[in-house]
Amino acid sequence: MADFLGTNQAKVLDRWCEVASAATRGRMSQVELRSELADLYGLLISAMSSKTESAAAELRTALAGMSRSRARSGFSPGETALAVFSIKEAVYELVADAAEMVPEYLAFSRMIDDLGLHTFEAYAATREEIIRQQADAMLELSTPVVQLWDGVIGVPLVGTLDSARAQLVMEKMLDALVSTGSTHAVIDITGVPTVDTEVAQHLLKTVMAARLLGAQCTICGIRPQIAHTIVSLGIEFGDIATKATLADALGHALSTAGLKVVPA
Amino acid sequence: MDRVPILKIGQTLFVSIQIDLQDQSVVQLQEDLADELVATRATGVIIDITAVEIVDSFIGRMLATIGSISRLFDAETVLIGMRPAVAITLVELGLSLDGIRTALNAEQGLRMLNGHS
Repeated sequence: MADFLGTNQAKVLDRWCEVASAATRGRMSQVELRSELADLYGLLISAMSSKTESAAAELRTALAGMSRSRARSGFSPGETALAVFSIKEAVYELVADAAEMVPEYLAFSRMIDDLGLHTFEAYAATREEIIRQQADAMLELSTPVVQLWDGVIGVPLVGTLDSARAQLVMEKMLDALVSTGSTHAVIDITGVPTVDTEVAQHLLKTVMAARLLGAQCTICGIRPQIAHTIVSLGIEFGDIATKATLADALGHALSTAGLKVVPA
Repeated sequence: MDRVPILKIGQTLFVSIQIDLQDQSVVQLQEDLADELVATRATGVIIDITAVEIVDSFIGRMLATIGSISRLFDAETVLIGMRPAVAITLVELGLSLDGIRTALNAEQGLRMLNGHS
């Protein structure tokens, strides 16, 4: 089969490009497509003729690269796999008349199926890598601790507060309290979409831990719907100070610290 | 057995825990502190736990007991220098140390006591 592909290289490649280009819908020029498929074709022949592991690995690497670059240009993984599968159509047209080629063609077809699936897997692996990186980045980005005033830090919470994030928020806030020597922390939950008993429990624990360090916490930014939920669920914030807005909370923290803001 | 020293600064007793606390040394500290409170008639106790890296329910209870003892002599207890990891552990253990006041450092602890005496 490898010899057959070698001798008919021009014909197969032409037909392959023709079939595959129908699905590109202008996202790739003919020249680009041809050079991509020609590279793949060369690797395919060398993998089939040498039958060594290194040649096969090279082919798989090239397919993974193709899958990545196509994903970046907006191809779906299905379209990428179809482009690989379309070589079967090109080859079939040439072997259709030769009955003795059929068993070899079947083996070739199975191999192409594997390669097509490989592009799919490479696509999924790249996706998962991106998702993991984004999750990490989001965890870092969504838990900033800012200094609002001398002795007052602010913790704006954005996004759903699950156990892992609550733990991270608690650690970062306590570290910031100690490193800045702050006696007040303002936790702003404007960006927290829902508050259930679990989230409330996390908030209470954070406030308790801050108290043990010798700092006071004010919770602010409770939206009307959330206030309703909190009351309906029977969540008690006890003696923890809660304020409507960040401005109110900062004012409260300043007055507790014995400071007053006057017009200049 | 290691003993925890108790220093007197003005009307405040200063206890800095720098050793690994054992049952025996804790009992000794509580007795010493009670004696010292009677002898000096101090109005405040500052317990420095900056050097304490690991806490368990035993240490948590010990701190609460010291707070209760001091209150019997009309002295207020302030805990200073707790590490974030220690605070998280205490919260997870469900010990909120009610009745003991806390401050970030010795300076704020002293100010807290003096503001009330």
